[in-house]
Amino acid sequence: MKKENSRRSFFKNISLATFSALALSGCDMKALDQFLQQNFRTLSKKEKDDIVKNLEAKYKETYGKEFHVSDDSAMEGVLFGYGLDLSRCIGCRKCVYACVGENNQSREPQIHWIQVLQMEKEKGIDFAHSTVHYNPEKVPEKGHFYVPIACQQCENPPCVKVCPVKATWKEPDGVVVVDYNWCIGCRYCMAACPYGARHFNWGKPSIPVEEINTDMHYLGNRPRMKGVVEKCTFCIQRVRQGKYPACVEVCPVGARKFGNLLDPESEVRYILENKRVLVLKQELNTQPKFYYFFGI
Amino acid sequence: MKHRKNVPIKLSDLVLAFSIVLLVGCHQKEPENTKLFQISEVKEAAIKKGETSENAIELPPFSDGIYPCSDCHKDMVPNPVKRELVDMHDDISAMFDHDKENRWCTDCHDLKNRDFLKLASGKLLDFKESYKLCGQCHGEKLRDWKVGVHGKRTGMWNGKKQYMLCVHCHNPHSPKFKELTPEPPPIRQEDIN
Repeated sequence: MKKENSRRSFFKNISLATFSALALSGCDMKALDQFLQQNFRTLSKKEKDDIVKNLEAKYKETYGKEFHVSDDSAMEGVLFGYGLDLSRCIGCRKCVYACVGENNQSREPQIHWIQVLQMEKEKGIDFAHSTVHYNPEKVPEKGHFYVPIACQQCENPPCVKVCPVKATWKEPDGVVVVDYNWCIGCRYCMAACPYGARHFNWGKPSIPVEEINTDMHYLGNRPRMKGVVEKCTFCIQRVRQGKYPACVEVCPVGARKFGNLLDPESEVRYILENKRVLVLKQELNTQPKFYYFFGI
Repeated sequence: MKHRKNVPIKLSDLVLAFSIVLLVGCHQKEPENTKLFQISEVKEAAIKKGETSENAIELPPFSDGIYPCSDCHKDMVPNPVKRELVDMHDDISAMFDHDKENRWCTDCHDLKNRDFLKLASGKLLDFKESYKLCGQCHGEKLRDWKVGVHGKRTGMWNGKKQYMLCVHCHNPHSPKFKELTPEPPPIRQEDIN
């Protein structure tokens, strides 16, 4: 190849060099590490541990509190499933706010992973005639029923298929997660999700320091950045430690059930085998692991 | 490098590599699609692990100073006649809405042993086991409650759980679940500044 020593290539190279020098001079080594960080799934255990340690230090600096960021991977022989009793839910929205608190969702601009749809008993499950804005004195309202919707943790998730950078994937325990550091904010996944379960950080998320949940998971409730997509993870920081998700614990009517689909003794398995169960938009073949049922 | 000279082999290598990629690709996809159908195999493994759940039942929610009942009742002559209660327990009388027409205090509370509940068979029951009393009529609910489908469980999905008794959510004298004030609705899109 002919060696180019032209005036053009000189300017090209010098401007490139200046630009990269400028870009790098502004950041310390940690920020550079973060910038060069690979997709979470390709990292070794040690690399993951280093990353969460750095995050803990960073959050401590930002919020002035001790944090625990986990990178626990999925347990063997576990596939999570969720049951929601439509005959019990009264639409009180306690789950919505328990989720916001547990998962450090932005208060302003507001992000809610759980949407509670109020529907008319006469019409049945009919999204076109449902509302999330109902606000009566007391619930449940006569002639209505309530369908809380969050991520359905599909076995065949369309959101994962469309992600151009593989920033979202299904974990071995069935939870669909997002690596916020890898997400480019294109929102293809939001367009692909038929349940409206993904939410975008249009602005810088804000969480009151005194309300922040310091028990975190890298793929779950750690603070998000502006410009990334987030979603329900079945409270990955809790369920991988054996705890129930926050919405299950808070539900005042016990409409929410959670467990291991591979364990025949689990509550979800009992529901699947003994109750009338439905999944939302079954015709799309997304195969949700979120089962609505009628307990009565 | 020496082996670079063998150019013709390269093509066959390529074909081989390609077919391996194809095969591996297929194999990787398999477990994902068959996962849901392998449940029966994993069942046995889970049983062998011996995962059991303990049920720590909370104490029944008594009103302050109401228990033991015998504190007041020990010197009283039991009166089995169905009547409107005045003075003591008038609050319960007023709210009582649990098949009111056909039932009364002593259908569930033992007339002589005041600190116990009573099954239809006459068997005495500790207040901690009140769910058995409820289960006499609501057997279907008791069955679902025992497996954690009716009612609420907290704790660990793979370990120790806490049950709530029937009476933690349903007032036994007026068991219909009370209405609640809902939390605020989400902000409307048009209200975002």
